[in-house]
Amino acid sequence: MNLQSFHGGVEVPGHKEISTSRPVEPAPLPKRLILPLSQHLGAPAEPLVAVGDRVLKGQMIASPAGFVSAPLHAGSSGTVVAIGEHPVPHPSGLAAPCITIETDGEERWVKRERHDFRRLEPARIREMVRQAGIVGLGGAGFPAFIKLNPGRSVGTLIINAAECEPYITSDDMLMRERPEQILRGLQIIRRAVQARRCIVAIEENKPEAERSLRQGLQRLEEGDEVEIVTIPARYPAGGEKQLIQMVTGQEVPSGGLPVQIGVVCHNVSTAAAVYRAVELGEPLLSRYVTVTGGAVAEPRNLEALIGTPVAELLALCGTALDAVQEVIMGGPMMGISLASLQVPLVKTGNCLLAVARGEIEHAAVMPCIRCGSCADVCPISLLPQQMYWHARARDFDRIQEYDLFDCIECGCCAYVCPSNIPLVHYYRFAKSEIRALQEQKRKADIARERHELRERRLAREKAERAARHARRKPGPSDESKRAAIQAALERARAGKQGSPDDV
Amino acid sequence: MFRKALSSPYLHNPPFSTQGMMFRVILALLPAAAVYAWQFGWGVVINMLLATGVALLCEAAMLRLRGRPLRPAITDGSAILTALLLAFALPPLTPWWLTATGAAFAIVVAKHLYGGLGFNPFNPAMIGYVVLLVSFPRELTLWSLPMQLAEYSLDLEATLKYVFGSALPAGTTIDALTAATPLDSMKTQLGLGLATAEIMASRAVFGPVGGVGWIWINLLLLAGGLWMIYRRIISWHIPVATLGSLLAIATIFFVLDPRHTPSPLFHLFSGAAILGAFFIATDPVTAATTNRGRLWYGAGIGILIYVIRSWGGFPDGVAFAVLLMNMAAPTIDHYTKPRVYGHGGRDDG
Repeated sequence: MNLQSFHGGVEVPGHKEISTSRPVEPAPLPKRLILPLSQHLGAPAEPLVAVGDRVLKGQMIASPAGFVSAPLHAGSSGTVVAIGEHPVPHPSGLAAPCITIETDGEERWVKRERHDFRRLEPARIREMVRQAGIVGLGGAGFPAFIKLNPGRSVGTLIINAAECEPYITSDDMLMRERPEQILRGLQIIRRAVQARRCIVAIEENKPEAERSLRQGLQRLEEGDEVEIVTIPARYPAGGEKQLIQMVTGQEVPSGGLPVQIGVVCHNVSTAAAVYRAVELGEPLLSRYVTVTGGAVAEPRNLEALIGTPVAELLALCGTALDAVQEVIMGGPMMGISLASLQVPLVKTGNCLLAVARGEIEHAAVMPCIRCGSCADVCPISLLPQQMYWHARARDFDRIQEYDLFDCIECGCCAYVCPSNIPLVHYYRFAKSEIRALQEQKRKADIARERHELRERRLAREKAERAARHARRKPGPSDESKRAAIQAALERARAGKQGSPDDV
Repeated sequence: MFRKALSSPYLHNPPFSTQGMMFRVILALLPAAAVYAWQFGWGVVINMLLATGVALLCEAAMLRLRGRPLRPAITDGSAILTALLLAFALPPLTPWWLTATGAAFAIVVAKHLYGGLGFNPFNPAMIGYVVLLVSFPRELTLWSLPMQLAEYSLDLEATLKYVFGSALPAGTTIDALTAATPLDSMKTQLGLGLATAEIMASRAVFGPVGGVGWIWINLLLLAGGLWMIYRRIISWHIPVATLGSLLAIATIFFVLDPRHTPSPLFHLFSGAAILGAFFIATDPVTAATTNRGRLWYGAGIGILIYVIRSWGGFPDGVAFAVLLMNMAAPTIDHYTKPRVYGHGGRDDG
């Protein structure tokens, strides 16, 4: 097929071979599973259990709050020992509500229902995926069922097997070891969205994974309906917008969704999770996670339960914690630096990158000389140097004229900046400031509206009171005056006879 | 290499640093500077060293006054580059106080009063040069004769004596050592109604295409510039647009009146056209920053060079052309934003 290209991008050394030489190992059951209520985009889930409750493996312990949300499931059987704040993987380093389960080691499952997806209606598949708590496992964490419910016709389903960020190999290893799960998941997703074409896009630096998928495809019924395309290993080729541009030649409209141009994109790991949810009846409980970096003695991929503390996963791969400078969850281009190693593995946690001391350089930040290297590599064709200028000046109107909110925060600009400026940090700052200002304005608008309504209500009430007053006054008061005069006259007459005390 | 960062990305790997960029530009300039010194004498070397010394002193003083750390600003190479470009623009026999004034003005006023590296709207070297050109036009148009034409040349000692003491060896006058530049002669003689062929034949300063001695300097500047494009230190847009538009407009007028119009090649290889296109106009701080904008910016410079040379009051126009387009750069950037992914309508950049 004819591949298009996307603007810019950078060639980043992959460092993927570090973690692909050892087979994937299941991580042992941890003593405690810590499950943050918010591991997805959208509203945090709402707990269905209380402290002290016994739970079974696969039991739903928190339900979705609203449409854009996802439920949570117990990763193993045990007892709920805490529901409250716990450190979570978040850029802020703050704690967030979590359900903590003490595992009993018995691994007692809830009842699982197996299904043959060919007998299932698309709507039923979506509901099953929703109930299984599956979110985009490539890193974004968008509830997957929403992208199974396109609401309009889908021309192309793209399975994202690019895994373009350096160091991460969890998708790569999943493709090598469980191609049939991915391909079954792909068929299920395809049925759910009723896509005409189905394309698996894989970066050229994963020949073993590609071979494995191709072999899996040959064993599959209707396997010839799936195309596998090899794309150049150019970061961020696996970015949804870039991948769609390469595969279809079309651009996702700014602020819009791929489905608007008839495309739906799912990650390979998400596809495998969909298979397990639909065919095996297993909710999303575990995932492949790459443990790698200079501080890791035995870098490899683990299959770990979501909720396992990061420190335990690092220890399993022989990480010398005193040699660690920094642990990044996700890749080195878009991941987040962990403030604590007590945070749990979350659904979107595809990689733990333990950077050793000495692997980090402290280069001075120099002034921007507007060389434009950043603009040359921006996959969205933004002008990072101009956005930086306006972000520094806190000129939030001008920075939006430069389409700040189209920035995907891929980090290419900062990667090539000769002045070592943390450009993306400035864009995050500007975005959050603008969102805060908009929120402030929204609240101010509401307050002003309420104030105006109140003023209007008070004025109306005052007017009504006055009107009532005015209506009442002439009528009854005249009569009462007359009555008073009459009474006075009668009293006067009577006064001549009796005492004035009667008055 | 990983870097200490507040948020992602944690990887950083530019082909070279800002400092590395500056020193590579200096490196690309050096072969031409060496031939310039060889052709025109010790004065060139003295100018370059003097300007560099003054520029670094002023840089340090201004950083101190502004309460900024000396490092890394003092070692970023930008002040040295400014000084070298200024020295390249000055006549080889320039009194020391002129060179020092130019360098000081470039660094103190044009660079630091606007906020230092990255914040100056005008090219500091060109500001320094233009201040001198406007204030001391006579001193700045007297150029030493190139080696091939000079009856005798000053040795290092004599040059130092002249530069720092205005003293010439007995029996020598400054007029015997200097002459008007080729562009200057051409302009004056054309004004007298002579044809270009006559002018070039009558004057020894003219070689086959431009001034004697200049052809080699310009070829080395061109080589240095092409190397910078090859190594991606500069993008091709500005030099190509500058020289392209200069050649285009020169060709149009040459075709209309070949007898009284210098050839396009004469324009290319005389004066500072190549130096300007590759080394001065490409200063990223003061140029347009979008690739499409860089084409407009360069084209403007090329046309202005021709206009000033042909009809302006000065023999060469590179400095004024660059400064004028510096002024236009923000506007050009505003109107040449590339089409952003997912936005229809605007043209691709």
